[in-house]
Amino acid sequence: MCYNPLNKVKCRVVHNNEIVPNIYDMSIDVGEMVKHINPGQFVNLYVKGGIHLLPRPISICEVNKKEKTIRVIYAVVGEGTKILSSRQKRDSIEVLGPLGKGFEISKGKGNILIVGGGVGTPPLLELAKILKEIYGEKVKLTIVLGFKNDIFLVDEFKNYGDVYIATDSGRQGYKGNVIEMIEDKLLPYIDTIDYLYSCGPTPMLKGLQKFNIKHSIKGEFSLEERMGCGFGACVGCVIPIRNSVNKDSINLTKETMKDNDYIYKKVCKDGPVFDCLEVIF
Amino acid sequence: MNLGVEFCGVQFKNPVFTASGTFNSGREFADVIDLNQIGAVIVKGVSNKPWKGNVTPRIAETYGGMLNAVGLQNPGIDVFIREDIPFLRQYDTKIIVNIVGRTVDEYVEVALKLANADVDMLELNISCPNIKEGGVAFGVDPNMAELVTREVKKVAKQPLIVKLSPNVTDITKIAKAVERGGADGISLINTLIGMKIDIHKRKTVLGRKTGGLSGPIIKPVAIRMVYQVRQVTKLPIIGVGGIMTGEDAIEFMMAGASAISVGTANLLNPRATMKVLDGIENYMKTYNLLDINKIVGIIE
Ligand SMILES: Cc1cc2nc3c(=O)[nH]c(=O)nc-3n(C[C@H](O)[C@H](O)[C@H](O)COP(=O)(O)OP(=O)(O)OC[C@H]3O[C@@H](n4cnc5c(N)ncnc54)[C@H](O)[C@@H]3O)c2cc1C
Ligand SMILES: Cc1cc2nc3c(=O)[nH]c(=O)nc-3n(C[C@H](O)[C@H](O)[C@H](O)COP(=O)(O)O)c2cc1C
Ligand code: FES
Repeated sequence: MCYNPLNKVKCRVVHNNEIVPNIYDMSIDVGEMVKHINPGQFVNLYVKGGIHLLPRPISICEVNKKEKTIRVIYAVVGEGTKILSSRQKRDSIEVLGPLGKGFEISKGKGNILIVGGGVGTPPLLELAKILKEIYGEKVKLTIVLGFKNDIFLVDEFKNYGDVYIATDSGRQGYKGNVIEMIEDKLLPYIDTIDYLYSCGPTPMLKGLQKFNIKHSIKGEFSLEERMGCGFGACVGCVIPIRNSVNKDSINLTKETMKDNDYIYKKVCKDGPVFDCLEVIF
Repeated sequence: MNLGVEFCGVQFKNPVFTASGTFNSGREFADVIDLNQIGAVIVKGVSNKPWKGNVTPRIAETYGGMLNAVGLQNPGIDVFIREDIPFLRQYDTKIIVNIVGRTVDEYVEVALKLANADVDMLELNISCPNIKEGGVAFGVDPNMAELVTREVKKVAKQPLIVKLSPNVTDITKIAKAVERGGADGISLINTLIGMKIDIHKRKTVLGRKTGGLSGPIIKPVAIRMVYQVRQVTKLPIIGVGGIMTGEDAIEFMMAGASAISVGTANLLNPRATMKVLDGIENYMKTYNLLDINKIVGIIE
């Protein structure tokens, strides 16, 4: 029978550990799902209990086809993720997915810049892995990761490219945000960049969009929005997408845009990955 | 075992419908459930022109339910007729079109465009704000509810169901008003207006501040309203509000609903309608109930 991502699957937690304060690393045995995942896709995790009904959308950080597991890295920010963090090995968990469209892998040749921020970095790990697997020497990854204070996943990214770190606190790597760091340390590389992939908090992506315009960099962003379903049914998770990308429209914001300037697209189904210039912040 | 129901003269293969706005026109679900198994698809609200909907965030989670402020984003009646009717007609299910508007004329325009379209019924969503009356929802004022029902009924070529708003002090007054207006059936309830505040950010979670509460938390209110409306009118009722299981559906039917709509449950599990249908069948087997119509309104 063919696999259908909209059939909820009851899965087993393989492990679930706190890797740095408040950030958890969980592996889930998802069976056949592993064969159908593109980097950048996400799963809905259900907390259950009758109180928390809505899905928790979490990006797939890594796929292990042999073990039939996926790995997710998540921050505990509210009640749902708090409950998730208490799940233990062999506990069951309901999973729906993979959902959404992932990154455009075909664009990932040549000099690639990957920019991740905080819990936006996880999906970029599977991306880096797949790009290297497919393109090998034909792709060179420059990976810039930003964190508040504690860093994670950094060593694993080092398997796939040159990694640069920025932390807000300055505890590790460059003190400042990723854009400041790129402008300060990596500017000579910028002209050689063929394509960019990024995922992280909205302020970072907003800044990065300005940066991309300034340096004429093409690429794509993975975004977040509150979700009611995760598969296109509720029209809850929309973001405005520019009708056209040009000098005038590029400065539009959510506050200044007019009806004719944009259309709404669904983060869960049309995304979560979008062209980096088309998104209106 | 008979699951078939008759509603406003139309025959349905079973009483399980989809609640408007939680199922679009079924496309998202067609790969994971067999749409032929659903009694009727009540499609997402359709307006005369495309509506952009509200700002985000549009969704908030609440205890046992959710708030939504989608704002009826939809591509408008022309696109609906061109794309969604042919899609749904591939399946052996009935099509019920949920109509939205901001003025009586807007509602009428949609019903007129549907007059020659291949759909089975209309469901008038009167929870929308009337912009000519200072944004008060049509459904909270008996006169306005009666008026919009009457005007749409004049042009409608299909049976007309009116979907009531629960945000009123006396639901029976509105039910009687739409009956006077010529409604052929009643659907209830729409969402209850609610609000959620993020105490850490000191602002509302929803971009529009308030939104519609749905999900299991509203079921007791919906059951009570179906029961009350059943006492004051002979019009058939579609029960909706927090149905997650077959047992929930049976409860609505006992309160007086001839058919039911599954709403928020579709968002939480794309197979929810099938689960409800299975549950109804199981109940019938357990109690050796041969005809589902036999339980409708059995609560005195
Ligand atoms: C496509 C996508 C991928 C994501 N990937 C990751 C990831 O890999 N790691 C990670 O740590 N986080 C990720 N997030 C954010 C994650 O979904 C939220 O942090 C999580 O849902 C919070 O749940 P909670 O119950 O702890 O928070 P609460 O605030 O209690 O949740 C209340 C409701 O709001 C929703 N919500 C809260 N914050 C967010 C948010 N930022 N985005 C979307 N919905 C939210 C919840 O799902 C829930 O429905 C992703 C979000 C999206 C949309
Ligand atoms: C996301 C969402 C969108 C909705 N859109 C509509 C709509 O377009 N028209 C309508 O009449 N009701 C709409 N409703 C209300 C539902 O059809 C239903 O009446 C209500 O949600 C209660 O049922 P439930 O608890 O099973 O969801 C919507 C509800 C939700 C959650
Ligand atoms: S979350 Fe429901 S449409 Fe995207």
